[in-house]
Amino acid sequence: MSFSVERATRASRIGAGLTIPALAALVTLPWWGESSWMRTFVEFACLLTLAQMWNLLAGYGGVVSIGQQAFLGLGAYALFVLADHAGVNPFLCVPLAGLIAALIAVPTSKVVFRLRGGYFAVGTWVVAEVYRLLIANASFLGGGSGKSLAAVRPFSKALRESVTFWMALATVVLAIALTYLLLRSRYGLALTAIRDSERAAASQGIDVDKTKLWVYLASAAGCGVAGALYYLNTVRVSPDAAFNVGWTAYVIFIVVIGGIGTIEGPILGTLIFFLLRETLADYGSVYLIVLGAVAVLVMVRFPRGLWGYVQQRFDLRFFPVQRRVRLDAAAGAAPHSR
Amino acid sequence: MSGWLDTLIQGVLLGGLYALFAMGLSLIFGVMRLVNIAHGDLIVLAAYLALVVVDATGLGPLGALVICVPVMFLLGYALQRGLLNFTLGGDILPPLLVTFGLSIIIQNALLQGFSADPRALRLGGFETGSFHLGAGISVGYFPLLVLGVAVALAFALELLFARIPLGRAFRATSDDPEAVQLMGVNDQHVYGLAMGIALAIVAVAAVFYGIRTTFAPTDGPDRLLFAFEAVIIGGLGSFWGTLAGGIVLGVAQAVGFRLDPGWGVLTGHFAFLAVLLFRPTGLFPRTR
Repeated sequence: MSFSVERATRASRIGAGLTIPALAALVTLPWWGESSWMRTFVEFACLLTLAQMWNLLAGYGGVVSIGQQAFLGLGAYALFVLADHAGVNPFLCVPLAGLIAALIAVPTSKVVFRLRGGYFAVGTWVVAEVYRLLIANASFLGGGSGKSLAAVRPFSKALRESVTFWMALATVVLAIALTYLLLRSRYGLALTAIRDSERAAASQGIDVDKTKLWVYLASAAGCGVAGALYYLNTVRVSPDAAFNVGWTAYVIFIVVIGGIGTIEGPILGTLIFFLLRETLADYGSVYLIVLGAVAVLVMVRFPRGLWGYVQQRFDLRFFPVQRRVRLDAAAGAAPHSR
Repeated sequence: MSGWLDTLIQGVLLGGLYALFAMGLSLIFGVMRLVNIAHGDLIVLAAYLALVVVDATGLGPLGALVICVPVMFLLGYALQRGLLNFTLGGDILPPLLVTFGLSIIIQNALLQGFSADPRALRLGGFETGSFHLGAGISVGYFPLLVLGVAVALAFALELLFARIPLGRAFRATSDDPEAVQLMGVNDQHVYGLAMGIALAIVAVAAVFYGIRTTFAPTDGPDRLLFAFEAVIIGGLGSFWGTLAGGIVLGVAQAVGFRLDPGWGVLTGHFAFLAVLLFRPTGLFPRTR
């Protein structure tokens, strides 16, 4: 019997074909779009990057953290310290912020990985609080009231907004592309094996602790870059805002509603998040109640989220990360089942 | 010197309140391995419930317990059977996400209903009364009462688990939820009762908390973290451990506050992290 291993789908080929002109159109946005669109897009890109990072960690790695705001905040403050106190070009600080967040994640992991499961989740939150309080007590960083980014003053507003926009676009595209490539590689296979059963994965020769550590560091780097970008966009930071657990709440809702363990899910979830927030903008925090309730409902009734449903129903995959065996038609085999 | 002794005593008394926060969390950890992210928000919710009861009935805050405790028990039972039981099982993600969602819903619903202004429960003088121990150290009656209630609750919960049939069902269900069903125990009902008792304790903790300090809709997460730290510092599976964990946390925070008002909560977190690093099973672990 002959068969082939399929790694791409028709949707993924069509999707790839459509992505290129769409990206090209987006790149030119600073020349034809409003500056408010750019600011909103930066926010969108940051949230989507955070969501992809959390999805990588929890949806593929099985490492459920509710303290990712630690790395977002550290990335943001890395930008402010490097740019304002060390005189580094603020745009160059964005990738550096990711590096710093990952470096700080190394000692952090030594502490939090002592806890398992739900305890790990709350432990990461405690650590995020520790970083928030340390920074709130540092008077040279403006303490609890935060500080403004002075280093962007030499740049014109248009230049600053355009460069921030391009960097946000590059970040979100990179975050999705790298996650996709990682998940298609043997490391991605190791990661999903760990999520499904640590013991079974270890018995197949996977170094469980090391793999989890690497994905934790990668996720921290992504969150650090997103934090730096977000606060480069707003030009002002405070510990309560940057280290707010609300960030992780948004991200978890986005991933769960969109579809955990898929790359399409967070994209769909972020779109829904923005739509809900804009629609319910006049009703204060009601959108958070709605979002929370929808997330709870989805988790209990449709644990694979909206995109999980679409995948199951229509077998539509823009980012296929699995390997599927297809029997050749000549062998007379039945069509594939999911 | 007497200053530090005073700090130590105040820390122990504060620890009594933290132990109260932590008892319910410790109970549901023990019975169903559930990490309830909404625990702190449920404490704040119960404090607002007490506020409403006090306003509506004219009962004092302690009298309001007669209503708040059963209401929170029923809420806990209904929450467990109507929602949380569906999230239990092998995967850790559903219970975490659902209770996290609940946390956000409760916080924002309280914000909509009561605004962000801090509120308090008043006891009419008793909460500020104190007696002198000499050497410039005074002990408040009310914090002492809180500590006494925490000790009594730890004792009662240990007794429940060791001697009462319901406690035996709790332990058995925790050990093997499938085998107990063969013995005629309804595990779903047992989980419901466990959450009911946990939230009844939350009601008691909430009233003492509301009398001791002000509370606002967004204060839940800190209560959760303190409760969680007390449980982990004390070691899983022992209510005496949880009491000790609360006291260690209270003392650590009191020492921090004395060094610098901005450090209180931070030194508490440091005590927690130090326990994790040097004694990851907690100070008084007991695997039940």
